[in-house]
Amino acid sequence: MDRLLLIISTLWFFLAMVRTTIAIKAHTYRSAGFNFFSIALGFIFQTAFLSVRGHALGRCPLTNLFEVFIFLAWSVSLIYLLIGPAYRLSLMGAFTAPLVFGLQTFALLAPIDRPHLMRIAPAPWLELHASVSLIAYGAFALACVAGLMYLLQERQLKTRELNSMFYRFPPLTELFAAITRLLWLGFALLTFGIVAGFLTGQPLPYVKVAWSLGVWIFYAAILVARHLGRTAPGRIAALCVVAFSTALTLLWGITFLSQTHTV
Amino acid sequence: MNLFCVGISHHTANVEARERFVGHAAIDRRLREEAGCAEALLLTTCNRVEVYAASEKPVSTERIAQCLLATGLTPEANEFDAFYRHEAQQCVQHLFRVTSGLDSMVIGETEILGQAKKAYAAAHESGAVGPFLHRLLQRAFRVAKQVRTRTEITRGAVSVGSVAVDLAEQIFGQFETRKVLLLGAGEASERTARALAKRGVCDIRVTNRSMERAESLAALIGGRAVALDNWEMHCREVDILITSTASPTPFVRRENLEPLLRQRLDRPLFIIDIAVPRDVAPEVNELEGVFLYDIDSLQSIAQQSLAQRKEQIAAGEEIIAGHVQDFSGWFVATRERKMLASGASEPTFRVSES
Repeated sequence: MDRLLLIISTLWFFLAMVRTTIAIKAHTYRSAGFNFFSIALGFIFQTAFLSVRGHALGRCPLTNLFEVFIFLAWSVSLIYLLIGPAYRLSLMGAFTAPLVFGLQTFALLAPIDRPHLMRIAPAPWLELHASVSLIAYGAFALACVAGLMYLLQERQLKTRELNSMFYRFPPLTELFAAITRLLWLGFALLTFGIVAGFLTGQPLPYVKVAWSLGVWIFYAAILVARHLGRTAPGRIAALCVVAFSTALTLLWGITFLSQTHTV
Repeated sequence: MNLFCVGISHHTANVEARERFVGHAAIDRRLREEAGCAEALLLTTCNRVEVYAASEKPVSTERIAQCLLATGLTPEANEFDAFYRHEAQQCVQHLFRVTSGLDSMVIGETEILGQAKKAYAAAHESGAVGPFLHRLLQRAFRVAKQVRTRTEITRGAVSVGSVAVDLAEQIFGQFETRKVLLLGAGEASERTARALAKRGVCDIRVTNRSMERAESLAALIGGRAVALDNWEMHCREVDILITSTASPTPFVRRENLEPLLRQRLDRPLFIIDIAVPRDVAPEVNELEGVFLYDIDSLQSIAQQSLAQRKEQIAAGEEIIAGHVQDFSGWFVATRERKMLASGASEPTFRVSES
């Protein structure tokens, strides 16, 4: 039942992605209304899936890699729905839908939804640590998306080859401001998540602590570079893409290797 | 009832011919009382003079053209040959194409819609618009809006100045806090600076070899004149640099810009080089955060936009075709109802004498 909800959710993201691609190719992309609507529906089904799974587990559904990926996809949608329209970044939906679709399709197809043989007892601090950290990743994912948009826009301006989407992109300076806000949002949430992790009172795996601190230091360095004004915005945008790609790969790798990662 | 349009435009006549047919104050009255039109509307722009009319009896093209001839002028031989005429559905289609910008010299320009609205308001005020033209014009405004929003016909700037302003907007978004430096007080840079000032730029600095010319231009565009010797210092502060000097060799070079940019790496610099020969060395574009556009690249973007607009004509025509059918259905039904009421019978749109 819960997987069906997830499949429906994935289909909405797929629809948003296909419709946007067709509209862009046909030069008929107007407003992002349909995109936003599809992502919102996809988000509702994601939330329903997490709710059903959470009730079945009796705790926050972050007990295996499958659930981690879905929670991450949910965080990305949540942050997009919150900040996309507010910062006139509706076009970001055109980039967000494929990312969420990719995450969910991978989660659905890969053999990673392995149920635990023993029921895991609820642990509020641990659950808070894991969920807040993943929402932070959602913000970093969107910083990565905004970074990609920045790089695409900058490239068009540099090469003077403007495609039909050029004038639909937000201005460079506004994209850079959005990147900065998303970085700060993600960084604050990650800091809170890490602190919550230390408050669990349980022994923390060395690899995970090192990885979390590594990601935290990476993003702290990006923010410092951003505010010192000694690094060009294009480089900050590129760093956002590199940082998120690295963090996502490590998240997958570490969670995959560490089957004991049950928040 | 016949619905028709008679006109002359940039497609059929040059400006010397068009300017003889500007109409005059009493044109609405003449079209109704002398030419016998039941309803009439005159649309005049710099590219066209057109009459849209509804009449019970056929009205010849020459009769309308006579009414349009400027006061005091006598018709020249074959002068009316430049006039075209559209009847019934073709008239409806033509008006929808005109208000949507598909028939304009610059495809997709939106000024025509405002001009059509003004023409309608004037005709309405003088009582020259009846139920048919009222409905036709209201539909034309709706069609124009749909074509504009559902296609990319208005997308992209098509003149050098507006391309520069659009690019600046894609880089900076809001202009209120942006600073502009004009290097050289040429006419082209003046136009671009004016366009930027109109969009909200408050800080415009002008520098020129002749300080007097810099001061007079600064006064004209609401900026301030600064000494040419200090242009590098101002470059550190500004967001947009517009150059149009008469220098025979590029004087903004990578080596003199690079040290300045190190102090403002987090802010992009948009350089618009309108000078020929160029004022800015091409390799400046390789610097991080610098976007350099010379006259050729601006013109090339303008042409690209125009080509993209032309590609959108088919999509616009499709929207128009649906509305033409719909309006024609309404026109025929209304006319038949009126005829039945008056005891006459006439089945379809009638093509009157041309």
